[in-house]
Amino acid sequence: MGGFPILSLMMAVPMAGAIACLFSGAQTARWIALAATLADLVLGIVLWAKFDQSGRAVTWQFTEYAPIFGKFAWALGIDGIALMLIALTVFLMPICIGASWVAIDKRVGEYMAAFLLMEVLMIGVFTAQDIYLFYVMFEAGLIPMYLIIGIWGGADRIYASYKFFLYTLLGSVLMLIAMMWMVHEAGSTSIPVLMGYDFPVHAQTWLWLAFFASFAVKMPMWPVHTWLPDAHVQAPTAGSVILAGVLLKMGGYGFIRFSLPMFPEASAQFAPLVFGLSMVAVVYTSLVALVQSDMKKLIAYSSVAHMAIVTVGLFALNTHGIEGAMMVMLGHGLVSGALFLCVGVIYDRLHTREISRYGGLSINMPKYAALFLLFTMASVGLPGTSNFVGEFLALMGVYKASSWVALVSTTGIILGAAYMLYLYRRVCYGDQLNADAAAMPDLSARELWLLAPIAAGVLWMGVYPESFLSPMRADIVSLEARLARAVPAGDAQIKIGAPKPAAAHDTHESGGHEQAAHAAPGEAH
Amino acid sequence: MIETASLLMVMPELILTAGGLVLMMVAAYAGDRTTVAISWASVGVLVAAALSLTGLPTHGGDAFDGLYQADAFAGFAKVLIYVAAAVSIIVAPRFFSQGGALRAEYPILILFACIGMGMMVSASDMLTLYVGLEMNSLAAYVLASFMRQDERSSEAGLKYFVLGALASGILLYGISLLYGFSGSTSFAGIAAALGDGVSNGELFGMVFVLSGLAFKISAVPFHMWTPDVYEGAPTPVTAFFASAPKVAALGLTIRVAIEALGPAGMAWQQIVIFVALASILLGAVAAIGQTNIKRLLAYSSINNIGFALVGLAAGTPAGVAATMSYLAIYIVMTLGSFLCVLQMRDADGNPVETIASLSGLSQSRKGLAACFAIFMFSLAGIPPLFGFWAKFLVFDAAVSAGLTGLAVFGIVASVIGAFYYLKIIKTIYFDEPVAAYAPAGSRIEGVLMTACAAVVVLGYLLNPVLDSASAAAAAALF
Repeated sequence: MGGFPILSLMMAVPMAGAIACLFSGAQTARWIALAATLADLVLGIVLWAKFDQSGRAVTWQFTEYAPIFGKFAWALGIDGIALMLIALTVFLMPICIGASWVAIDKRVGEYMAAFLLMEVLMIGVFTAQDIYLFYVMFEAGLIPMYLIIGIWGGADRIYASYKFFLYTLLGSVLMLIAMMWMVHEAGSTSIPVLMGYDFPVHAQTWLWLAFFASFAVKMPMWPVHTWLPDAHVQAPTAGSVILAGVLLKMGGYGFIRFSLPMFPEASAQFAPLVFGLSMVAVVYTSLVALVQSDMKKLIAYSSVAHMAIVTVGLFALNTHGIEGAMMVMLGHGLVSGALFLCVGVIYDRLHTREISRYGGLSINMPKYAALFLLFTMASVGLPGTSNFVGEFLALMGVYKASSWVALVSTTGIILGAAYMLYLYRRVCYGDQLNADAAAMPDLSARELWLLAPIAAGVLWMGVYPESFLSPMRADIVSLEARLARAVPAGDAQIKIGAPKPAAAHDTHESGGHEQAAHAAPGEAH
Repeated sequence: MIETASLLMVMPELILTAGGLVLMMVAAYAGDRTTVAISWASVGVLVAAALSLTGLPTHGGDAFDGLYQADAFAGFAKVLIYVAAAVSIIVAPRFFSQGGALRAEYPILILFACIGMGMMVSASDMLTLYVGLEMNSLAAYVLASFMRQDERSSEAGLKYFVLGALASGILLYGISLLYGFSGSTSFAGIAAALGDGVSNGELFGMVFVLSGLAFKISAVPFHMWTPDVYEGAPTPVTAFFASAPKVAALGLTIRVAIEALGPAGMAWQQIVIFVALASILLGAVAAIGQTNIKRLLAYSSINNIGFALVGLAAGTPAGVAATMSYLAIYIVMTLGSFLCVLQMRDADGNPVETIASLSGLSQSRKGLAACFAIFMFSLAGIPPLFGFWAKFLVFDAAVSAGLTGLAVFGIVASVIGAFYYLKIIKTIYFDEPVAAYAPAGSRIEGVLMTACAAVVVLGYLLNPVLDSASAAAAAALF
């Protein structure tokens, strides 16, 4: 498209804000950070509005190219998948700044600078069209997150920050070697070129494993998920929100952008491995979540379980699975972020995350209890909320590939309901056992303003998911076409009958009507 | 008869020699009062020498009947050497003024060391090589024990001297074997002799020569002197040791490996791969337990030399170019780190070297803390800092040369190294503040430190320049 470099601008605004924050006082830094993130939100809305969603549109839009780094270039551009993740990022960032408004009272300037830098790098990851630029952005995110956890985190923050940093670094370095090999083989650092390059099948195996090492840690998949509960528990509230909301999505984005289109044969070959790990993750981490006494840890483990649904959906290697995986990622980004904010609200009042210290909050905090209930239900996957759409699509996709995987993964929904409802019962219902918990005031206006937009987003995504699916549809269809040559036959022999009465077509599903498009995905609407 | 052309090609060395001798006379008569003036004059001499590189000294070719090589490779290395030497001279007066050991000889010794280093990177004959090496070492031994009253400094000088003499002996023995079996001391002659098969004698000679050189670049298993000397020597001298002689010795090693031993590539490649991996691993693991910042940086330099050798192990023009770029970036990071270390002074102005004293630095000295953190993240090879690009280049060269296994092992070991750099950042940013350092006393150190930090952060914009310069340097050898 050329024209105005809006993507660079979206990175320049928070960057400028970050530098300004470093040199200003606490209150000024808060306002600068809020202004910068809101400006980016506006730019994000403009981006979405200008994004050409028609099926015949060019894949990569808003492209920029400047070969200023010698061996790699400042190459940016987005497709619908990246657009959605950017939208999630810019939507969550002002909320994170708001959540830190009073909770962070020391070294505010540096904190806000770290967050804004984080935003620059996250947008960079989702927009990079040069494989090395992607790597630089992907890895650089470790620095601000390390500082956020280490400086403003909880009691055991130092251990958590090391673990976060070294785990993810170790995962990523192998990916770098694989990237170098790919660039030598294909002779280009451009991601779109590499996505269309057919690597030799025997090499794909190794390349896939190297990328898997990185994305599986980032995702995180069982058994390399152990950094996540530690990092979440120790990070400040906004840090947890951004970690769960966006950083985990980088792993899923990596699978969609690299592993699937660049190594289709290897992806098919390793799909059973991914299914196996994901099935363990769904059941195991859900059971672990059930026995947690720390709220943040519980939500952290639930994130691992949800991300396992994402990987299952992705490696179903069909349109429904991938669409579902994307929807789970977006929905989980909102819902887990909101849940961490809910924990943050009561943590700010009582300074403990122990579930047993609370109880009966629906009596003294009715607004809080209502919103918390909404997000709990969304996390469980109640129809009408964001996660239902994604989980339904993802499980439907995987059912085509393997009934057993679908069966085991579905237990995650039931277990998810168990641990989330159990959490909600212990926090909001029952008797008010602790006088200090019973005396907590309800949501302040600021907190309400943080949670209300997410609640609106969750409902929007649940009631009319087409808004979110339509920008991605063309990209997911072309991804499926790319994968088609490698996809193994599924065990579910679905026979689609000729739909005789057109009216019967639209009535059999709730939550969204795009599923009606099995027969010709992507074309129907 | 010595041709004029040859003299023009050694112009940088001539300038340094003349400048050094004149300044020495000035120092002898005017005494230590003039040290600061002599320091700045020495920097001027270095600048003049660097400017002279624009002419024949970088593309003149053979000088003195093949004893000396004036090419782009030597020019690239010399620029790095002069920059590092100049920084080591500039920061010295303030450091020594505190200990009362401010002597006029310091900048002059560094000038003489630079002549030796210039000879090293330009050597195309084993004898020039040896003379250059000894000239550098002699100055270095004196510099290491420059604080005569200080026990650790004297010990460092003695250790350096004894072990350096041993290494020189090993090197000389290797040279004599190579000469005996190939009949020549010139690199071209040795290469010609190796071209028709490597005899056992030549193999032994090669191993001894490489061992001697490994000592000079402090690569494992000849690294033992490094932590002690780095810790004991005065900090500006340590900064010098960690930068300029590393470039010179590694440049020399590359030239010997490619120009003299090139035909025996397979034989030395194994040695270089082993040395590289051992240095990376030991440099990373041994640094973890250190409590003294200078010792830690010593292990860090061992670790970095290992990475730089990965480029040489590839043995391709791209590999050599990567190693030269690595050195350029490494110099900036290392000098920056030592500039930070120079700022570590307690309230009375005495130098402090414990890592623990850095606790909570981010709350008392924000700028210093940020610079320190930038250098540490960069040394750990975390993008977007420039240190990542250095590692990227050498691993990229290794991968394109088919050494994927080496690259995988090296990069995984770099994660171990990241741990101890993180430990320093943790101390600076996460720990509770302890007694604050004395306020920054010198504007020039602050300026230099900021400049280094700026290069480390924005270095990618220099990539096109660095790429073409290092490629030209590498092309000169092949």
